[in-house]
Amino acid sequence: MRLPLLALLARGPAHGYELKQDLEQLLGSAYPQPNVGQIYVTLGRLEKSGLIEGEAIEQSSRPNKKVYHLTDAGREALRVWYEETADEPRVRDEFFMKLALAPKTGLADRIALINRQRRQYLNTMRQLSKLAAAEDRDNRVSHLLIEGAMLHLQADLDWLERCQEELEELEELR
Amino acid sequence: MSESVAEVLRAEGLVKTHHGEGAPAHAVRGVDLRVTGGEFVAITGPSGAGKSTLLHLLGGLQRPDAGSLWLDGERTDGYSEARWAVERRKRIGIVFQFFNLVSDLSVADNVELPALLAGVAPRKARAGREELLTELGLEGKERSMPGELSGGEQQRVALARALVNHPPLLLADEPAGSLDSKGTREVMRLLSRFHRRGQTILLVTHDARLASAADRVISFFDGRIADDAELDGGTPPRRAGTSGVLELRD
Repeated sequence: MRLPLLALLARGPAHGYELKQDLEQLLGSAYPQPNVGQIYVTLGRLEKSGLIEGEAIEQSSRPNKKVYHLTDAGREALRVWYEETADEPRVRDEFFMKLALAPKTGLADRIALINRQRRQYLNTMRQLSKLAAAEDRDNRVSHLLIEGAMLHLQADLDWLERCQEELEELEELR
Repeated sequence: MSESVAEVLRAEGLVKTHHGEGAPAHAVRGVDLRVTGGEFVAITGPSGAGKSTLLHLLGGLQRPDAGSLWLDGERTDGYSEARWAVERRKRIGIVFQFFNLVSDLSVADNVELPALLAGVAPRKARAGREELLTELGLEGKERSMPGELSGGEQQRVALARALVNHPPLLLADEPAGSLDSKGTREVMRLLSRFHRRGQTILLVTHDARLASAADRVISFFDGRIADDAELDGGTPPRRAGTSGVLELRD
């Protein structure tokens, strides 16, 4: 949450609730929205580490609100963020460990493990399709997010398929 | 399974071996399958698993070496080639990966032809064609030749052709296999829409995104059904499922 908030503040000062709304508008309903409390906590931490500064604005009928702006250090942190490439997604290592160790334990059948995992992925894929169908057509960013999740899941499903092919080949040889 | 739900398709012990050059290929090795009215079933699996052969057996495009097949409860074992051709006009619509439209007929004629062959009056065939082309967003393309259309448009024409006689069963063999991602989404949307209206669909695809539009997914490996799963699309377990895969981490 830290860097996306910094990125939103690069456009100009804003208060916590505005940032939440900006994020919601940008990412659409597909993205699990952070609650506003989480945003305030993160803003507090960013302020403590000197990346942003808050200024209390007096409001007549309500408690003061705090408007934050990026500091030079914050802008620098953001620049570094954009310089770095992001990490690759990781293979589902917990499932892989289960699969690799199954014959040693005698507790699980590997084909059954694969089938169960596939069912879960397929159900998630179905929910993503539904999300995509329900999302505003014009929110391209949101659609790209959903499509990205679907493509990752597709790769996981392809990999399950490879695992299964390999196991079936082994069975044939036996 | 409720008895009041009609069984559109049943297969028992289907076997098909291809004898080409080299070793015989066991494409389908004993498949039992039931599809009831209104179901949307996807068959997925790696290429070469035999899933297209299975679809061909189910549509009477190839004959099994062993096993039996029922359409609407009627055993098809004795069907002649001509009888199957009739069934494929009336009871089974099929769409293929490469559309298989008649290249020297216009879009309108491609869609009307199966209706006319099935003995539908020309005026009615035309009305049916107009309705479907409108539905599929192909108004104004009636006079185009298939070669003038994009892949996605050609597949929509093929879908109209497959559905013009209102067959109880639609078979689709990799319908998005030669389309880009936009065309794929379009096919997915249309299949879902026809399904919501009660169309029974059996889809063969290696694309999990397309398969997830179905409410039942059969995993096919090496000529056999490895898993047969109803997708409930219910709420995912906490910390996993959709919200897990969508979460952007810092």
